[in-house]
Amino acid sequence: MTQPQSNKSPGGATLTIKSRTERLSEVREFVSAAAREFGFDEEAVNKIALAVDEACTNVIKHSYKYATDKDIRIRIVTNAVTFEVRIQDQGLSFDPETIKKPDMKEYLAHYRRGGLGMYLMRSLMDDVEYIVSPEMNEVRLMKRLQPK
Amino acid sequence: MSDFKIATRETNAVNILDLKGYLDAHTAAELEAAFQKLIDQKRFNIVVNCKDLTYISSAGLGVFMAYIEDVRNHSGDIKLSNMSQKIYNVFDLLGFPLLYDIAKDEQEAVSKFTAGKK
Repeated sequence: MTQPQSNKSPGGATLTIKSRTERLSEVREFVSAAAREFGFDEEAVNKIALAVDEACTNVIKHSYKYATDKDIRIRIVTNAVTFEVRIQDQGLSFDPETIKKPDMKEYLAHYRRGGLGMYLMRSLMDDVEYIVSPEMNEVRLMKRLQPK
Repeated sequence: MSDFKIATRETNAVNILDLKGYLDAHTAAELEAAFQKLIDQKRFNIVVNCKDLTYISSAGLGVFMAYIEDVRNHSGDIKLSNMSQKIYNVFDLLGFPLLYDIAKDEQEAVSKFTAGKK
């Protein structure tokens, strides 16, 4: 098994993993440690870790269609008050215009299970941004540190 | 490491699933298999005890979505109990408390079946 590449650079850290669901726990631990160090309380740390798990799960399922040998790069970019996690992949791209907030009433009424992750990410974070370029897909999950 | 375990037991003709650890896209298949096994055995009165469940993502929530309709169509139910605040918060974000019967403890969930209530 390939070892994860983790390094710290000014303003953030990076973790690169193979596209396997068994690596999700490692991603959660990596992001939780960084969020905790940044100053978030445990409730916010849990929210960020869950949102990043959802983003990586979507990459594994939809961008890479469960191929297990592809790379997912998780990069943390911070400034004084914002904590941003950028999840990058080179898989199938999508049209961000087609992503809309699901109607949860309609979801629950029909017991639908897809799209829950997308809804959770938007609920858990302050801002969710999708950037699609010919080189890669990127999801940016941002949360602001509230003054104490 | 991702760590998830399910134990199955029976109390007063109600089937209890004890979940422990992390329920995510990697481990959700184990919960699916446990529900499928109960349904194959025509056991539709199910309580999921979440006392030792420490984490849940949408992949785990999706498993409950996948089986609830089938179970209710057979006059059964999937009831949940002993949820920590952290786990409840995730259920709550998605509006699941409207759809699922979430009891404070296992005894309360079991007694709803034995009292004939749903």
